[in-house]
Amino acid sequence: MSANNSAFQVWRSDFAFAKGRLQRAIRAAIKSLWLHRLRSLLTMLGIVFGVCSVIAMLAIGEGASFEAQEEIKSLGSQNIILRSVKPPEEQKVSNTQQSYVLDYGIQYLDLQRIKATIPGVTIVVPGRVMRDYVWHTTRRVESEIFGTVPWYPEMRNQRVAKGRFFSEREMEDAVAVCVISAEMARKLFPIESSLGRDVRIGEDYYRIIGVMEPVLQSAGGKGGTSANTPANRMFMPLSAARARFGEVLMKRRSGSFEAEKVALHEVTVKVTSERDVMEVAAAVKNLLERNHKKKDYELIVPLELLKRAERTKQIFNVVLGSIAAISLLVGGIGIMNIMLANVTERTREIGIRRALGARRRDIVTQFLVEAVMLSGTGGLLGVILGVSIPFVVTYFADMVTIVTFWSPLAAFTISGLVGVVFGIYPALRAADMDPVEALRHE
Amino acid sequence: MAATSIVRFENVRKTYKMGLVVVEALRGVSIDFKEGEYVSIMGPSGCGKSTMLNLLGCLDRPTSGRYLLGNEDVSQMDDDALSVVRGLRLGFIFQSYNLIQQLSVVENIEIPLYYQGRPEAEIREKAIKLAHLVGLEKRLDHKPFELSGGQQQRVAIARALVNDSLVILADEPTGNLDSAVGAEILRIFDDLHRQGKTIIIVTHDNEVAKRTQRAIRLRDGQLESDVRQ
Repeated sequence: MSANNSAFQVWRSDFAFAKGRLQRAIRAAIKSLWLHRLRSLLTMLGIVFGVCSVIAMLAIGEGASFEAQEEIKSLGSQNIILRSVKPPEEQKVSNTQQSYVLDYGIQYLDLQRIKATIPGVTIVVPGRVMRDYVWHTTRRVESEIFGTVPWYPEMRNQRVAKGRFFSEREMEDAVAVCVISAEMARKLFPIESSLGRDVRIGEDYYRIIGVMEPVLQSAGGKGGTSANTPANRMFMPLSAARARFGEVLMKRRSGSFEAEKVALHEVTVKVTSERDVMEVAAAVKNLLERNHKKKDYELIVPLELLKRAERTKQIFNVVLGSIAAISLLVGGIGIMNIMLANVTERTREIGIRRALGARRRDIVTQFLVEAVMLSGTGGLLGVILGVSIPFVVTYFADMVTIVTFWSPLAAFTISGLVGVVFGIYPALRAADMDPVEALRHE
Repeated sequence: MAATSIVRFENVRKTYKMGLVVVEALRGVSIDFKEGEYVSIMGPSGCGKSTMLNLLGCLDRPTSGRYLLGNEDVSQMDDDALSVVRGLRLGFIFQSYNLIQQLSVVENIEIPLYYQGRPEAEIREKAIKLAHLVGLEKRLDHKPFELSGGQQQRVAIARALVNDSLVILADEPTGNLDSAVGAEILRIFDDLHRQGKTIIIVTHDNEVAKRTQRAIRLRDGQLESDVRQ
């Protein structure tokens, strides 16, 4: 039997038993890691926390941006929203001295101007907003009462859950009907169905013909963007609202008295094509600037907000990525450190194995498998923790979290790679030891 | 006596460079071991015993000269090939037993075969058989630190036998044992010799040397005497 022949046989059996060898190497690695349980655990923690924090943060970030984007989308990406804003304080003072009535906001005339001069604008949805108490028998809810047009839900991507929205006929005739938000329905009618019941505002009664679908999963949509959607909302025909509240709104609250004259609180301008939104928005802004010397309006472009939210998310992802990279780097260095100590400590064992027939690559495999087992187990624990933390956050902090399927997968793969990258140097050092020297090591 | 020569040194030299000083550990040793021989190598410290053992064990390569093991020239083989030779052809027994602490008795015996990629069941069977042979059949799952010195050395002997090696190399096998236990180990060597194993023992103990068939003395890296007893 020649040397070549025996080497060939070994090489062939290498193939045949590669799988078995790896299994044995893994078992041996588990054994020696188990021998130093505490040390292995502490080494793993670096990777565990790295992986777990990345997955958890990513899930929370993803949830937050999803929430923001849903909110913005509910405004409609083809829409431009104009809102009346109470002008700054100084002007208010000078105004009230003369008339006691604060006159501000978007006028009907503005709408006509927009329609007449700006191309690409299809529908305009005006709306008035009042705050008042809504009663049902003895239950009372402070609500935002929104006088608007029948096509409002379609424009704002909102749906009616039960019943229907009011019709154009009801709008024309100023019929006293209303549609209320789901939260409000729950508060006013905790047990019974709200459809067909009457609610009272002041002395007037309104029949409930529909209940809206909740806009967001999160209760109340707290801390939302500028597109705040209050929980208690009530829609009624614009005409009915004007009949009930008139042009001048009176407010009396704990002694102070305030009167406002606002024609339109909110106007939604729909642009035919999404591409033109930014240009139309600029034109509308220009037009309003010329006619409103006091800054008594605000322009919201959901598309712009959406883009901004996407950019924010990108920045967030970059920051998260860096944190992940740094934490995995630190974890990897920890693994390298412990593996180097491990190799030095086991010099004698390496010598024995080499003397008994282990080749360099057998030694490399042994220590590399150990390093990968450390980082892989750390990664796995990190994934389990990282996936469960968002559930805890959702449960206790009432936040939307989204665990994307790729984030645990990527985190686990990368943690395995960290084991290879940081394990290869100690493993090579072990393999390069001189067997004679290693055997003599005490 | 079987006439086939299985270990053959032809004018083997080994020099070490230690800084600027060149140390000549072996200065042209030519020697021949036949199959089934029971040999002891003796000599004062620094005579080149360890160097010779390292060369015999394929743990090191000679600076010049040839080393034939079986009928292979192993003197210029690369590291991987030497590893395979060690695993297939040689059995090692050390003074300090050199068992791997985290492995059980049976797993320690298996190591040389483990690296040959043989089927696991076959390896296990053979290891258990050898554990029986050295009288450790009741200690298969014990760890080395649970065994006495003599028992540990018996595990090492089983390990040296597991790959049906051409030669068994023993480095002071009784050095760490008291005389009674040492005698027990030597009896195992005698038995192995009777079964036809080739055994080379490096020792400084005259009692050990006396039991062997052939006593070789080294001095200053050269053969001093080669006596057949």
